[in-house]
Parts: sequence; structure tokens; C-alpha cells
Amino acid sequence: MYQLAVDLEHVSFAYRTGVQVLDDVSLEITPGEFVAIAGPNGGGKTTLLRLILGLERPGEGSVRVFGEPPGAGRSGRRIGYLPQRAHLGGEAPVTVREVVSAGRLAAAGMWGPLRRHDREVVRHAIRKVGLEQKADAPLRTLSGGMQQRAFIAKALASEPALLVLDEPTTGVDAESQESLAVLLDELRVELGATVLYVSHEFGAVEHVVGRLVLVRGRIVFDGPPSELPGLWHDPSHVHA
Amino acid sequence: MLELEFMRLALATGAIVGVLAPAVGFFLVERKASLIGDGLGHVAFAGVAAGYLLGISPVLTALIAAVLGALAIEWLRTRGGAAGDQALALVFYTGIAAGVVLVSSAGALNVNLFQYLFGSILTVTRSDLWTVLLLGAGALATIAVLYRGLVAVVLDEEGSRVAGAPIAFLNVVIVVLAALTVAVSMRIVGILLIAALMVLPVIAANRVAWSLGSTLGVAMAIGLVSALAGLTIAYYADLPPGGTIVLTAAGAFLVCAARSAAARRLR
Repeated sequence: MYQLAVDLEHVSFAYRTGVQVLDDVSLEITPGEFVAIAGPNGGGKTTLLRLILGLERPGEGSVRVFGEPPGAGRSGRRIGYLPQRAHLGGEAPVTVREVVSAGRLAAAGMWGPLRRHDREVVRHAIRKVGLEQKADAPLRTLSGGMQQRAFIAKALASEPALLVLDEPTTGVDAESQESLAVLLDELRVELGATVLYVSHEFGAVEHVVGRLVLVRGRIVFDGPPSELPGLWHDPSHVHA
Repeated sequence: MLELEFMRLALATGAIVGVLAPAVGFFLVERKASLIGDGLGHVAFAGVAAGYLLGISPVLTALIAAVLGALAIEWLRTRGGAAGDQALALVFYTGIAAGVVLVSSAGALNVNLFQYLFGSILTVTRSDLWTVLLLGAGALATIAVLYRGLVAVVLDEEGSRVAGAPIAFLNVVIVVLAALTVAVSMRIVGILLIAALMVLPVIAANRVAWSLGSTLGVAMAIGLVSALAGLTIAYYADLPPGGTIVLTAAGAFLVCAARSAAARRLR
């Protein structure tokens, strides 16, 4: 049976303070799509993402990921998630391999050491993002772009059907942003994964995404970036 | 020194505590929750006082009180609407106040109580050693089995939640292990200083380690050396063991910090 990767039906959400963030949002994302979700800060794009990840529940409407409510059943095992401003919990010198190994949690469970197959998946994910020479280097010794690649490898280590990235270019230089966009598109094609790229600006991925969704409390644009009205390419308009 | 049974018991117990405390403290420090051990120490104080009042083993009552305190902190933090530091303050101050009231009621404000507060070489019994060995081995085995899950939560709690990890369970495991460590360590290091042995070796190891795994290993090694060296110094210099163990760990931190600074300068 054909299943949508993400299916939001008439979703509304308000925080406890009563502030309405999303109002009657419906969105269907098919498997294999590369979708950028953009919009101004406070426009609700991160809330939309948190609803898809199961970190928030909608006040009204329904959210389904691969046919299941997020957080239920096996949906978590199919999501590779790169949080906004991915950072390390403490001060310990965690290595690239340790970060990426943590991405195997959903697939391998949390009991006991990683098995040979899981270690091979971790090695493969590190190789995919071009960090095999830095696999045992402490993450804090790497550039912002390399650190972001390590976190993408962590998301890849879960062998995701849906790769979700929240503001992945924050603190990353323009050159790294460009190579990040190319890498994500390659991964989408190679893995057949759906990529959901959430950012307040979409310039870095505009030439690789097939679909752009602009969110400002509701969906104000949904289509190929080429069909976006010229004025909206100006980030200052998006923030207005 | 080793011909004396009380020293053999103290060193054996100290070795287990020296390894266990930083192993558990590692997860507290990396979650920026270093002070939980301190708070649980104060709750354990109420447990010791309750033990005196009821005429049962203070170690047992301290263990029960510390575990209940740990669960209370976690509940307040996640469901009680209190921020992490507020939850800690609430349990921390309630524990110390209950301890003072109970100690006073039991008429136990004496030298025996001080042994629990600051540690003592002389008071470790064979039965204490077995208790520490069993509980310590259980705690270390739990860490070994759940290591990847615990590390994933430390690195990225939200991402682990999305991955379907039982975050609430893992957080409870960490605080209960901390409570257990406080209870089994108090005979040697003392309630007021055990938190230091959970934290100082870890922040020292952070300065010189090269990975998360090596941080844990180096911290446990520093804890072990600090416990054995501290007990030996305490024996020869007739000093309280808790203080000497923690000062040795503080010395290890200074050495690690100096080495780290020197390495940075050379680069």
C-alpha cells in the first residue's frame, strides 16, 4: 500500500501561553522528495518540524509519518534527525565515531555494545560524509562545516527513510553550505530517503530542492522554488 | 599498614568507591548536573539520622532516602514544573532540614554521626565491604549494559527521544545510580564529600582525554588512585579520609589542567 512519508491534516497548534503558532496546516510529502520548509523566525516552521518528529502533539488535526503517529510503533526508527544547532551535552572530547555511533540507537537498541554490522554502518556513514580521516578526532577540533557533517553522519547511521534537518547551516560558512546541499541531494538519490530541510532561509538548497514550503502560521507557498514570486527570494521579505 | 585488617577493608572499599563514583559522576557532569550528588548527600544525611532514630542500619536508611530523593528530583524536574536547579534545591534543603530534626530527635549529634559526614577508616566492616562490592558491581554492570543509551541521552536527549529511546527510564537510572553511589560511599568518603569524588575526577579527565570513552576510563583511574592514595595519606598523617581523598582528586585536576594548558601552548 502506498504510504506518504509525512501527512499533516488540518493541524493547529498553540503553546500553553495561548499563542497560536500553526493554524489549519495540511501538508503531504511523498517518499523521496527533497522539501525545504522555510519562513520567518516565529512563523511556526520549527513547531511544524517538532510535530512531525513527535516532540509536540497537535491541538487539532492529525500527524502521520509513514502511516503512523510520530513516536508510535517503528516510526522513530525511520527518522534521522539533525537538531538545530546540534551540540554536545557536556565538555568531554567526544569523537566523530562516538557521535555517529549514537545515531545507531534506534536501529540497534540501547543494550550492550554495538555489533559488527552496526559498527560497519557507522563506518559507512562516516565515509559518506567524507570524514573517514577524522573519525577518531575530537569533534571540537573540527570546523563548523565538518562538525555539521559529523551530525549528518549520525542521522545517516540510523539508515533513515526520512532525514530531518533543522537549521543545518547555522554557523556554517557559505562554501560548506553549498557542499552540504550537494551532499544531501546525493544522499537522497542514493538512499531513496525523503529529506526535510527546515531553515529560515533556503538559498543554500534552492537549486537542489524539488519543493519549497513557506510557513507563516499557515502555509503561504507550496511549490517548486522556481515558481516562487521573485520578491520572496529576498530574505528580508520572508522576515517581514 | 596492610597488616591491619581495618586498613585492608578500607582500601578494598575505597578502591570500589574510587572507581564507581566517577563512573556515575561522568553522566552527571556531562549532563551539566554535577550538583545532584551533593543534593543526594544531604538527603542521605536525613536517611542516616532516620537510621539512628529507628535503631536500624544507617547505610540502609541512607540508601532508601537517597533513592527516594533521586526519584523526587527527577519527578519534580520532568513533571512537577520545577526547573532542574529548583528541583535540586527543594530536595537538597528538605533533606538537610529533615536530617537536622531527626538527628536532634535521636540525640545522635555525636562522633558516630561525624563518621558518616566526613568518612572514617576505622568504621568499615566486612559486611560493609560486601554491601559496597555487591551494589558497586551492580551499578557498574548497569552502566556497562546501558552505556550506549546513557551516552546517547548525554549527547542529544531530544534526538534520542525521536529515536524512541526510553528517556525517562534512562534519566531515572542515572539519578538512582547517583543515589546508590552516595549511600555506598559514605562510610569511606563521607556524605558531605562524596559528590566531589563523583565530579572532580571527571572534570580532570575532560582536560586530558581524547574521546568520551577515554574520559570515562581516565576519570575512573583518577578516582581509584585518589581513593587509595587519599586513604594511605589519611592513615599515616592521621587525617579524615574523605578530605584527603577529595584533596588528592583536586590535586589530580590541577595536574590535568596544567598538562592540558601546556599542550595547548605547544600547539
